[in-house]
Order: sequence, then structure tokens, then C-alpha cells
Amino acid sequence: MTIEVAIVGIGMHEFGRTEGVSGMDQGVIAVRRALADAGVSWEDMQFAFGGSLAAGAADTMVSLLGLTGLQFINVANGCATGGSALFSVYNTIRSGVFDLGIAVGFDKHERGAFRVNTKGAGLGDWYGASGLALTTQFFGMKINRYMHEYGITNSSLAKVSEKAFRNGSQNPMAWRRKPISEQEVLDSLMLSYPLTQYMFCSPGEGGVALILCRADKAHLYTKTPIYLKAAVVRSRRFGSFEVLAPSIALQHNAGPTVDGAKAAFEMAGMEPKDIDIAQLQDTESGAEIMHMAENGFCEHGEQEFMIQAGETEIGGKFPVNTDGGCLANGEPIGASGLRQVYENVLQLRGQAGVRQVPNNPKTAYTHVYGAPGIAGVTILQR
Amino acid sequence: MAQVPVTEGVFTWPSETPQLIGARCVACDNHMFPGQSGCPRCTGDKTEEVLLGRRGTLWTWTIQGFPPKAPPYAGDVDVKTFQAFGVGYVELPGQVKVEARLTVADPEKLKIGMEMEMVIIPLTTDADGNEVVTFAFAPVA
Repeated sequence: MTIEVAIVGIGMHEFGRTEGVSGMDQGVIAVRRALADAGVSWEDMQFAFGGSLAAGAADTMVSLLGLTGLQFINVANGCATGGSALFSVYNTIRSGVFDLGIAVGFDKHERGAFRVNTKGAGLGDWYGASGLALTTQFFGMKINRYMHEYGITNSSLAKVSEKAFRNGSQNPMAWRRKPISEQEVLDSLMLSYPLTQYMFCSPGEGGVALILCRADKAHLYTKTPIYLKAAVVRSRRFGSFEVLAPSIALQHNAGPTVDGAKAAFEMAGMEPKDIDIAQLQDTESGAEIMHMAENGFCEHGEQEFMIQAGETEIGGKFPVNTDGGCLANGEPIGASGLRQVYENVLQLRGQAGVRQVPNNPKTAYTHVYGAPGIAGVTILQR
Repeated sequence: MAQVPVTEGVFTWPSETPQLIGARCVACDNHMFPGQSGCPRCTGDKTEEVLLGRRGTLWTWTIQGFPPKAPPYAGDVDVKTFQAFGVGYVELPGQVKVEARLTVADPEKLKIGMEMEMVIIPLTTDADGNEVVTFAFAPVA
């Protein structure tokens, strides 16, 4: 018999900039909020997976939460760190080893674009020295090619940002809570053509924790269990076009998002049309557009119509990034993928307040993407 | 002033006709840049050095509009004097697409599919007063 897995507790520390509170402490606050949400104590946690990129080893938080002797494993998997922690908790419960555990991710990054450690990324010093090791360049180049191939307009790039900041303005946990108009987005500083300042998310701070258990025990902790139907992490295959690549093959391959999405839909026994809402990696506004198609929610190029028609708005046919996404929340690497799941749990529980998606969404999808070509996908169901 | 390459083993220098130094998989002919010992296509573990072509077509591009962080960047990071620079992938026929700086930083003058040629450009000056150079691609006139 397959063991099903449910999310029974969620906790989050506000995203953005919190002076005087370390990244680790933001993770601890998220854990305490998740414990309270599930009505359990830290002593009840049988195991944990956690990670951050820049804010310390997650397992050291036991000295703040309580030295209970639980199994705590650190996860370091770039932009998929949070997703990988969740994947690990999911599979640990499915394997039957433990019944109740927690995934936690947190981070605190310096201001400005990510400073890439070229050695750590397996690249020569010359690459960064020559001015090439910027993730922002990749995003500019990928969407520039995509616009050339599929006719996406600058207006749609700006509309994605406008939507993100509008949704963020309705989210008390978001960093950017001031609406910004399409024209303001277009008129902001050009950082990496065709992407302007307000089309990019910023590295930031925050923490998220999720408590999961065997689905047959979920009623012990919550009246509204949310079932994790799929959790998948994929790395790149030969021929895909990825961030921080000094060269790419002539042969084309679709990339880890496409592979991850296919595997997740298969695992969940669903198709893209079965999904009611989605949180998709929007490192910049073009990424959200490309990821709509890469995850299977439309054909390449169809996004132009969908965005201009408002279909991805909270009240639209297919709401995307209802909490403001990375654009409005910033990107604390360790927490970012878990933030998406947190938002989907709120939406499926009907607890998303003024940004609640109407008509009782039943299924929800998350997708993270990052260096060096990795994607994480989850599918939730009420 | 002496010119020194930003690194050894990535492009031939000094040379009248500099070329990027890549690797070719002995088993499946996959071309890689920079050189490496294993092949990501066929998983083979034997590669040999190969000099890449100097001409190709622009596959995609962007413009670096703000000073990169230093380190790792070795060039000018002063916001007052920083000059935006182009970055792109150039498709070398039958070989590989390589990422490089472009000598042009004007969106009006960059078009996907245009012919490009490899050149050497100054990057910075080192502590000994040498001019440090790196590779770039320029539109074919």
C-alpha cells in the first residue's frame, strides 16, 4: 500500500529585509509558526530536512528549538534547496520510516545581484573576471531569444511585473507591497536588455517551514489537510540552455523544467488542465512567461494572449503567482520554493484573505528553477 | 605596455588570429568550451583539445547595464565610468555555441543571426602595469 503524504502545518517569517534578525532566526520563527499551525510541539518532530545558501547550516537551529535528538539533515541544492528539503521529507514519510517531520528553508543575502562563486560552480576564474558570471545575463538572453521566436512583447513582460506587485500589495508577508504600473516597469532602469529593474526579483531574506505527516494521521493535526501528490527535482540534460554556461550544445533539449513537470504530472496522475492555480519561478518577468509553457500550461507563444487578456490574474482563468511571486517577495534561496508551497496551502485551505482565488481551487502547482540548471515541482490537492 | 591574457588555456594568445581552445569528444565528436575531460553527451571520458572556429552567428544577446560585482569581475566597476557591454552566445557552425562579451552594446546594432568574429579586447590593467585582455565577438563588418 502506498503511503500518502499531507501538509498539516505551515509557518513563514516575513520576506524582505529584517534588520537585526539573522537568517537562521527567521527560520526558527517560521518553524515555531508551523508548529503552532499544526498544534504540535518541536518534541513531536521525528525528523527534519532543512537548508540555506548563505545563512548557515540549518541543523544548528536545534540549539534554539530544543535538543530533542531528532534526525536533522542539511540540504544544499542551490535554488532548489527548499524543494529538495520538501522532496526528502515527502519520500521519508512515503518510505514508512517516520510519520511526522518538517521541511525548513531560510536565507539572508547581501544586496544586489548574486555574487557568483565561480570556483564553487565549477567554472574558471576567467569567466567571472571577464564579466560573464551574472545570472541576470542568462535571463536577459533567454527571454530575448524567446521573444524573437514566439513574439512575446515588452508590454507582456511589464504586465507580469505589474501583476506581481499588485498581488504583493495584498500579501502581508511580501517584501514589495506597492503597486507599480506597466509604464513604470517599462521606464525603470534597463539592467539586462530587454529586462528592466522592476522586471527582476532581488535576493532577499525570509524563512518558511512546512510540517508533513502520513495522510492517514492528518486528522490528528488539522481539519484541512492538503495532500502532496507529487514532489520532483530534476537536473539538466544535454543540450539545454542554462544559467552560468560558458557554452551550450548545438543540439537542443527542453531543460529540467519540462522534465520535472512531466514527471510530476505522471506521479500525481494529473494533466496540466487539472491544475487550478500555479506558483512559477519568476526570477524575472520573462521567466514566468516561459515557465508557463515549459510546465505544460500552454503552448509556446500563447502566453502573449493569456497575459494581455488577464488570464493569469487572481480572478482570471489560470491564476499565476498569487502571492506576488519572487518579484514581490524577493528570493531568499533556501526558502523560496517553500514559499510557493506555503501560498498554495493557504489558497487551497481558503485562507488567502483578500487575494483568495475564487471558486474554491482544489489543485495547485509549484515550480522553482535555478543554477546550474535544476528544477523542482510540486502538486498539491485539497 | 605588455598584454597578458586573463587566463591561460582558454584562447590562443599572442596570435594574429586568436582562437578559443575547446575540447572534442573522441567517441562522439561533441565539442565543448572550455576544454574538459568528460563528455556530457555520451558520458565518454576521452577528449582532445580542439581550436574552435573564429566566425559564427549571434544566437542570442543581452546588454550588461550595471557594473558586475568585484570580485569576481576584473573590469571597471565605478558607476561613474562603467561602460555597458554586450553579452551573447555565438553559434560556431558544427561545433558549439560559446558565451562571450560583444564589442557592441547598442540594441539597435545587435540582431539574432548576424555574423560575428572573435577578437581580443582589453579588460583591465594588472598590478604590474600589464594590459589584461580577454576574448569577445564583434560584428563582421
